[in-house]
Amino acid sequence: MVLVLALGDLHIPHRAADLPAKFKSMLVPGKIQHIICTGNLSIKEVHDYLRILCPDLHITRGEYDEEIRYPETKTLTIGQFKLGVCHGHQVIPWGDLDSLTMLQRQLDVDILVTGHTHQFTAYKHEGGVVINPGSATGAYSSITYDVNPSFVLMDIDGLRVVVYVYELIDGDVKVDKIDFKKTAATTHSAH
Amino acid sequence: MIADGVEDEEKWLAAGIAGLQQNAFFMHRALDSNNLRDALKYSAQMLSELRTSKLSPHKYYELYMRAFDELRKLEIFFKEEARRGCSIIDLYELVQHAGNILPRLYLLCTVGSVYIKSKEAPAKDVLKDLVEMCRGIQHPVRGLFLRSYLSQVSRDKLPDIGSEYEGDADTVMDAVEFVLQNFTEMNKLWVRMQHQGPAREKEKREKERSELRDLVGKNLHVLSQVEGVDLDMYKDTVLPRVLEQVVNCKDDIAQYYLMDCIIQVFPDEYHLQTLEILLGACPQLQPSVDVKTVLSQLMERLSNYAASSLEVLPEFLQVEAFSKLNNAIGKVIEAQVDMPTVGAVTLYSSLLTFTLHVHPDRLDYADQVLGACVKKIASKGKLEDSRATKQIVALLSAPLEKYNDIVTALKLSNYPRVMQYLDNETNKVMATVIIQSIMKNNTQISADDNVEALFELIKGLIKDLDGAANDKVDDDDFKEEQNSVARLIQMLYNEDPEEMFKIICTVRKHILSGGPKRLPYTVPPLVFSSLKLIRRLQGQDENPFGEEASTTPKKIFQLLNQTIEALSNVPAPELALQLYLQCAEAANDCDLEPVAYEFFTQAYILYEEEISDSKAQVTALHLIIGTLQRMHVFGVENRDTLTHKATGYSAKLLKKPDQCRAVYACSHLFWVDDQDNVKDGERVLLCLKRALRIANAAQQMSNAARGSTGSVTLFVEILNKYLYFFEKGNPQISVAAILSLIELITTEMQNDSSTPDPAADAFFAGTLRYIEFQKQKGGTMGEKYEPIKV
Repeated sequence: MVLVLALGDLHIPHRAADLPAKFKSMLVPGKIQHIICTGNLSIKEVHDYLRILCPDLHITRGEYDEEIRYPETKTLTIGQFKLGVCHGHQVIPWGDLDSLTMLQRQLDVDILVTGHTHQFTAYKHEGGVVINPGSATGAYSSITYDVNPSFVLMDIDGLRVVVYVYELIDGDVKVDKIDFKKTAATTHSAH
Repeated sequence: MIADGVEDEEKWLAAGIAGLQQNAFFMHRALDSNNLRDALKYSAQMLSELRTSKLSPHKYYELYMRAFDELRKLEIFFKEEARRGCSIIDLYELVQHAGNILPRLYLLCTVGSVYIKSKEAPAKDVLKDLVEMCRGIQHPVRGLFLRSYLSQVSRDKLPDIGSEYEGDADTVMDAVEFVLQNFTEMNKLWVRMQHQGPAREKEKREKERSELRDLVGKNLHVLSQVEGVDLDMYKDTVLPRVLEQVVNCKDDIAQYYLMDCIIQVFPDEYHLQTLEILLGACPQLQPSVDVKTVLSQLMERLSNYAASSLEVLPEFLQVEAFSKLNNAIGKVIEAQVDMPTVGAVTLYSSLLTFTLHVHPDRLDYADQVLGACVKKIASKGKLEDSRATKQIVALLSAPLEKYNDIVTALKLSNYPRVMQYLDNETNKVMATVIIQSIMKNNTQISADDNVEALFELIKGLIKDLDGAANDKVDDDDFKEEQNSVARLIQMLYNEDPEEMFKIICTVRKHILSGGPKRLPYTVPPLVFSSLKLIRRLQGQDENPFGEEASTTPKKIFQLLNQTIEALSNVPAPELALQLYLQCAEAANDCDLEPVAYEFFTQAYILYEEEISDSKAQVTALHLIIGTLQRMHVFGVENRDTLTHKATGYSAKLLKKPDQCRAVYACSHLFWVDDQDNVKDGERVLLCLKRALRIANAAQQMSNAARGSTGSVTLFVEILNKYLYFFEKGNPQISVAAILSLIELITTEMQNDSSTPDPAADAFFAGTLRYIEFQKQKGGTMGEKYEPIKV
């Protein structure tokens, strides 16, 4: 069992002062094996904070990131799953599922994690899962109104991944989960 | 010389110990054989070793401790003698035959202890006799140790309340009297030490004295342990007598030590009830005494006492502790003209901590302390002393820590006045402390007045202060500071749009004075704060009357336009472009076409004139196309102008693949799902064809430059775009075109000169698999895909 934290669009300090205290108390070092961050942190202090939570950190570049060396896209393999990360401002129309699945085919990944819209979504289709963890700080977005802070924890176990989404609604953390099983049909051809 | 001295001392100590042990041996033998006479003889000889003047207090103490242990055995022997019927009174007489006075007095104290225990005489008589007799020793070190011995053996035999030695004749008063007398005599001996020996050894003597101070202080400790010393007795007898001795001894070392000792050993409630007496002694101390530390300790203790329980607070009010302390401090500072600033600030800092604990509701007290502090430091100009500034930071941090609320601290009118005297560096440190306090407590600042006051306080971070221009600031530190200001801007919020708009204007006014270095940090949070306000106003009907007064999105957009413009002087074109686009989208949501168009124009100008880095161009163009795609406010003409430009920019990017991708992204500008008037299938196709041409050109360039065709990735990407619009029902996307594109890719991949690219192969395979999936779905989608045979 591997726990992967996926989050992004924190926009600290441009649009939010910090992560919600409730999230901070949930996110403690030593519990998470990998972090996937879609970008827009936007400053080094946030990078350092994430690094303390878990040193295995995979970040792609958002348009507001101070660090310009983050890659535009990144792929990594965790257990039986291949994951792809991208901030998403490069995929037009923004947040468009059909366009995101095209990126998923291009990166050849089971799970694609993108951000930019500040709207949590998880979509299962025959080729895998497309996840947007939303904005971890509930930052203002020109795309989404009334953003709730949210992040995603993925529990990867063998061919199964359980996606937990944590959302802060009116001061309470709500948890939802989505199950995804990888079958032989979705396994990618060896190359 | 000094080394010899130390060696000699070791020798003398060794000799002393040897003599002591030898006599102790014979004493033991006498004790074993119940030979009282020999026991007294050898014990006296043993104690004679303590007559030495050659040892430093430290070494003397070693010798004394050995004698002390032996005397315990002798005391047990005396007790048994008394039990066996030997008259204790006779014994008390007998030991006085010892030839030398010092051994005689040690023996007398030892027997005296047994005497009191036997209760054959009132304790007070024996104690009085002993404390008087000890006057016989006037050598400071020997006298101090002897009296210390007396104190030690009598401790548990004082006629205290509830003690077995209390009786009709013996009262606690006698116990107190005895200890006070011993204390007084010991202090005199201790002070006299200072005046013995040559002046050049003053330092050495002071060191030796400080080694002995606890012997004197021990008496105060004993007094504090006496049950019968209640508040009344403390107030009427103990404290006045102790202070009398403290003041009269006129010795700065003793005064400082004993004042501190009084504060530490007696209970807080006693201090509170005797504040006037205790504080009254302060001005009478020698000028060289560190009164401020004494007072600080006192205030610290009282602060902790106040913090310990709510129930004690009325006591503080009743005795008017604050005004008494305030007066005392004022007098001390006034009297000690030469007191360094750090001293005065330390005092005020302690007083402030005190009043914050005791009178949290009396902001005026806190302000009064700050005011007095300003007055004291005003004469010195900016503070240069690092210890003083450190104290000021402590002083200014105290209200923040107490109230956990900057809004309360902002009410202290003297607060900013104190900050004024900080050097630039410390001013910034303090500003950071203030911001951290706000962050930690999640304080929302909601009144414009408070925002104004707050920005005045933290101006060290907001702009270059006078003379700070040349200060070297570490880049990382600067970043951190400015980011903390950015965070702070998130904490300024008011429900009421009017007040919020005022806040935004105030913040804007301050941050625009920050200069080009700061703007990239401070403008974005202000812009987003404004956009949040606009979103709140959006959908609200505009006030039909008095539009001048009310806050409207239009008005905020004007302000935003000017604010972002300031970034162009930095210059920070990429950031400015992003912010313009954010504003454009917000204007779109407010149905303000001209405003949105203006923001786009600004963004385009920046793109054309300022953004030259090819990678930055790619990102900027993604954002332009992505934003434009979402705009629904534009009429045909404006939309055409903007899309035309965007397509033009796309085709002019430096790298062919970037060009190709930007151009196919532009296809989305002509076909928007939820906008019926934006469904121009032909122009979508034109974009895709153009993208194909560029992909071809990229292939050829690669061929020419490297001798092998490049990857087919771009073609697969375009194929996916064809499929996308095919699915959306764009009539211009034909099955034939898709099939020929698939064929083209297949051919390219089989081309011998093509570079193998497993990622592209997988992408293509995935796309073909996707086509299969769509077919298998059945329904209209399946039917649509049916003719695409792969």
